[in-house]
Order: sequence, then structure tokens, then C-alpha cells
Amino acid sequence: MTFYVIAEGVIAFLLVAGGIFAFTGSLGMLQFKDFFMRLHGPTKGTTLGIGCVLIASMLYFTITQRELHVQELLITLFLFITAPVTGHMLAKTGLHMHLRFLTSTRGSVPEFRDEDVGQSRVARPAKARHPWRSRQRRRRP
Amino acid sequence: MLDTALMISLALIVLALAMNVYRLAIGPDIPDRLLALDTMYVNSIALIVLLGLWLNTKTYFEAAILIAMLGFVSTMAICRYLLRGDIIE
Repeated sequence: MTFYVIAEGVIAFLLVAGGIFAFTGSLGMLQFKDFFMRLHGPTKGTTLGIGCVLIASMLYFTITQRELHVQELLITLFLFITAPVTGHMLAKTGLHMHLRFLTSTRGSVPEFRDEDVGQSRVARPAKARHPWRSRQRRRRP
Repeated sequence: MLDTALMISLALIVLALAMNVYRLAIGPDIPDRLLALDTMYVNSIALIVLLGLWLNTKTYFEAAILIAMLGFVSTMAICRYLLRGDIIE
């Protein structure tokens, strides 16, 4: 009896969490000012929300019908694999079409030192000498 | 408790779908509309799963799998078209 109460609580929590995450992802897509900012909401928030809803459904059917139910896990796995690919392709499309973006999100250009570009030697720290082993190496030749 | 959670989740996902439709309507560029369409695919999968929970049937999961695969393939095809001007070269 207690098991069913706990399972119902877990399923209800997962359902509400999934709804909130999906809502947040779509709200981010509606509210952000820039395509590249708008891309963040659906690729992360909505994917997590749909994963929560699908796992809640899997738990519900596994418990009520007393048999293992893994079709939802298949959909979850598929969505979790394909969401980053879709986001990557959409970002490439946005870069290709030269969409406008806020200049404040661009960040600063990193400053390279001379040794990073190859203009001077790489400054390597001197190796720490072991107190007696380095002495032995010197003696060998 | 489960009915209340189901209702809350349904309401939130329907609101998310409404926001997606709004972005699909006003989206200034083509990738914005494409992103809204892709998010609508994902949210409709959630809606179908919640409908299956509400009616207590397992009939609709094949539809959810189909929508997931076709949504991914169609988004990739439109992205390829916008990027290269051709889908299969």
C-alpha cells in the first residue's frame, strides 16, 4: 500500500516537473531577443521536460499493468540523441544566413601570447629535480 | 493526486504549444520558424503521451515514435536545404 502511494507521488512529481520544464523552454524561445539565444531554450529545457513526462508514463504503465514497459524509454533515448544534432544544424543554418545578433553576447576576442601563435619559444617550466635520482643520472655518462 | 498533476502538466504543455504557435507566426526569420516547428513536434509528443496516460491506453505510443522520427528527419531536411540549397547531393 505504501509502495503505491510513494510511486504515485513520484509519478506526479515527474509529470509536473516535465510540464514546468517544457513551459520554461517555450517561454525562453518566446522571450529571448536573438536567434542564437532563442536556440538555448528548446534544445535543453524542452528536451528535459519531455524526458520527465516519458519516464513518468513508463513508471505508470509498468506499475499498473505489472509488466515491463520500455517503449517510452526508446522515445526518450531517441529525443536525447537527436536534440543536440538538431540544435547544431539550426545554429549552422543561422550562422550561414547571417542572422542579426546582439553584439553584447559576442564576448571579447581572446588575446594570444607570442608562444601561442608560434612567434616565440614555448616557455616550459624547468623540471623539478629529484634529490638523489638526478644525481644518479648525472653519474651514468 | 495523479489527476491533478496530469491536469497541471496538460495545461503547461498546452500553454507551451500556444507560445510556440505565436513564435511561429511572428518569427522574424526562417530559422526562428523552423525552431518553433521543431519545438512543436516535441511538445506534441508530450501531449500524446499525456493523452495516453489520461485514457489509460498504450495505443498512442507508436504515433509518438512516428512523430519523433519524422520531426527529426524533416527538420534535418529543411536545415540541409537552407544550408546547401539541396537536400541530397
